[in-house]
Amino acid sequence: MITLIDYQAGNLTSVRKAFSYLGAETEVTDDPEAVRRASALVLPGVGHFSATQRLAISGVRDAVQESVASGTPFLGICVGMQWLFAGSSEAEGVAGLGLFAGGCERFHTTLKVPHVGWNQLRRSAGGAQARLLEGISDGSFVYFTHSYRAPVVEGVSAVTTYDETFAAAVERENLFGVQFHPEKSGESGLRILRNFCAIAEGSHA
Amino acid sequence: MTETGITRRIIACLDVTDGRVVKGVQFVDLIDAGDPAELAHRHAASGADEIVLLDITATSDARPTLIDVVRRTARTLFVPFTVGGGVRTLDDASAIFDAGADKISINSAAIKSPELITQIANRFGSQAVIVAIDAKRRTEMQGRRDDAVRAEVYLAGGRTPTGLDAIAWAREAESRGAGEILLTSMDCDGTRNGFDCALTAAVATAVNIPVIASGGAGSGDHFVEVFKAGRADAALAASIFHFGIHDVRELKAQLQRAGIPVRLPC
Repeated sequence: MITLIDYQAGNLTSVRKAFSYLGAETEVTDDPEAVRRASALVLPGVGHFSATQRLAISGVRDAVQESVASGTPFLGICVGMQWLFAGSSEAEGVAGLGLFAGGCERFHTTLKVPHVGWNQLRRSAGGAQARLLEGISDGSFVYFTHSYRAPVVEGVSAVTTYDETFAAAVERENLFGVQFHPEKSGESGLRILRNFCAIAEGSHA
Repeated sequence: MTETGITRRIIACLDVTDGRVVKGVQFVDLIDAGDPAELAHRHAASGADEIVLLDITATSDARPTLIDVVRRTARTLFVPFTVGGGVRTLDDASAIFDAGADKISINSAAIKSPELITQIANRFGSQAVIVAIDAKRRTEMQGRRDDAVRAEVYLAGGRTPTGLDAIAWAREAESRGAGEILLTSMDCDGTRNGFDCALTAAVATAVNIPVIASGGAGSGDHFVEVFKAGRADAALAASIFHFGIHDVRELKAQLQRAGIPVRLPC
């Protein structure tokens, strides 16, 4: 069972149907107790970083921290990945979990922002063994849509370049994050979600 | 990989009425050439970067049909999926997102009530809101000493001029929260003589959000032109994939040879 955390930030349908397509059962919840019970957690998210404040107010933030500390596999998508960092200049004063170093900032570029469309993953040196990216070759295309980006720090398993090079995927033990949208990234994206399902099953067993 | 990294997108558009695709694209081995779900998957499999489904049904009593079509199409489609046509309220948009769309395209409703752009953007994020602009060149204003491109916005369907300047409206849509602009040249649409590159470039440089060019695609060269001279971030076409270009992958190979970054292999 994959537990999708709902915090009223955009639309969960796409992520849910991708997991369903892969044969995984899903539930959608905003209840801290359901998060504590979950065997695998996914935090999707499109839109504004400030929406993650609701996670603190509802108690889900504390529940997620307990769950990930006890080894529950966690996948953050887009803003859900950014939340694993210290915070974002999109919403000063709204704290992320700080599980990866540094904070997210708006693209410093003269190119159009948001960065919308298909761009390439480059596996970083430390990311060769990344379980989430198993079977994903260097240069694979995935779909992005975001204006803020996370820094390239320890734990970043793949990077992407849009004028600047930024964190496209992170991974450490049971913690996973992707800046792009695997549910919208064709076969490569489905492979990544399938990998997460396998990780979730492995940890459950 | 290019210095910017991002690729130019090719978007396949399905015009749907009463739940069926009109202007059908002819894949030879389709079981049902009018089924939007089947066509969407074929386009995605042939390399389209995104799928747009435009409901051109005039009456609102066909909405349940549309929702059903969106749900069936979205179920196994894993590239970005936009739905447009007849979205008038936040509730209309919510129902389409619930059915599995990733983005909503709004046209007439955005002109009549621009606050709708902000409402949808606040609830679903700007990345989920495309403002579609149908524009026609204002010929009486061409040839003046300043050679700025001028075009007037028409209501969807193209019969009613609004008096709005296309470039000014694109800027306003951006400021109200639109994530992308879908610009259709009414002068070029259906001609297969090429996109309106000058108009596309004028809009693309006036806003800081992606501009999708539409209207006039007739050959691979036209796509090269709209990405180069037209500075488009994406190009949309429907009937081209029936007349001449049978495979998006083949089109992308041509674009790549012309130095335009595309998602290939795909």
